[in-house]
Amino acid sequence: MKGYEHPETIVCPGGPLLLRGRHVVTGRDGETHETTRPVTAVCRCDRSALFPWCDGTHKVLPERLRPS
Amino acid sequence: MDLPTPRGPLSEALVAALRTDREFLGVLPLTTGHDTEDGALALWVLHQLHYRDLAGVPDDLEWDPQLIRIRTVLEHALESRLRARFSAPSGRTFTDDLLTWVDEQDGHSLATYVHRDATREQVLELVRVRSLYHLMESDPTAWVVPRLGVRAKAALMELQYDEYGAGDPNRLHHHLWARGMAACDLDPSYGVYADNAPFEVLEQNNAMTLFGLHRRLRGAALGHLAAFEATSSLPSRRMAQGLQRLGLPAELVDYYTEHVAADAVHEQLAVRTIVGGLLADEPGLEEQAWFGAFTCLDLEDRVARRMLTDWGVLERERVA
Ligand code: FES
Repeated sequence: MKGYEHPETIVCPGGPLLLRGRHVVTGRDGETHETTRPVTAVCRCDRSALFPWCDGTHKVLPERLRPS
Repeated sequence: MDLPTPRGPLSEALVAALRTDREFLGVLPLTTGHDTEDGALALWVLHQLHYRDLAGVPDDLEWDPQLIRIRTVLEHALESRLRARFSAPSGRTFTDDLLTWVDEQDGHSLATYVHRDATREQVLELVRVRSLYHLMESDPTAWVVPRLGVRAKAALMELQYDEYGAGDPNRLHHHLWARGMAACDLDPSYGVYADNAPFEVLEQNNAMTLFGLHRRLRGAALGHLAAFEATSSLPSRRMAQGLQRLGLPAELVDYYTEHVAADAVHEQLAVRTIVGGLLADEPGLEEQAWFGAFTCLDLEDRVARRMLTDWGVLERERVA
């Protein structure tokens, strides 16, 4: 039987990067943050108030400021 | 939970029969020509039999054939009302376009009002009526799990695991909500504020249970979930800021703060892996997924309009 794809990371066009499982992510000043949920959304637009996590802010940015 | 106060002849007869003789034959004829609010309350009570204890009502009535018959008639009426409001967006693909479509809709927003203008008493009233759902958050969707194929099932559980606290009861979302209510000196027992819920809130809760209970409507349940998650992250931040502005307890603020980060993840999972997984196996359910998503946004808009009307906000905006 065929297996299914189950990637550890998923890039969401215009939005965050999803990370499955435990990871350590580096913030703006080099400080480290550990993921706490089964899946975590990491900000790619650089404007989240919860940086390095995504807080949905990418949705209110003009198209050109959204990550590709 | 205690049975709510009836709102018309149908819910009156149903509540009386549940309390006393458990003879429901006389209730069925009342399901035709009833007032919709009366019918919505009756259906909400019948749905509760599947979730929890109703005071003074024997557990085995959950599967009483006469009650199931009444429930079916009311559910058909509800589904027809929801269907009559719906038209599928044309030329759009659910998994590619749902998030953009959601952003384009501009229904009324209670979060925006709470953020800047709501009074403390208005927010507490909102907490009471929202408690009908938030005290059983994610439960209607849990019924969908066994009805799915491998991909969608695994994907839905990945999301539900987080909703249910990832094994930690203190992080379980409906428990976070109960703690928020208690901190506001409100009673977090289920159903205490059912009498406060306007028709639109009952309709909203009934729609979620309808989609969850019926295997036939699994596409609508997951479409609804995707739209619900996609309209949660930014509004939750506004709610949190509004509650802080009013000095409401940290426990309630925490509930919303948790949803800012959680739902930034959940909206992506719901669209990409959950509905994506469902439609990969069952492409014929795409229209149903849109029906669920539309219904979610439409009902939230109607709930918001109702609350803002009751508070005189829409009237003031029209005059201004
Ligand atoms: S990617 Fe979502 S807030 Fe930056």
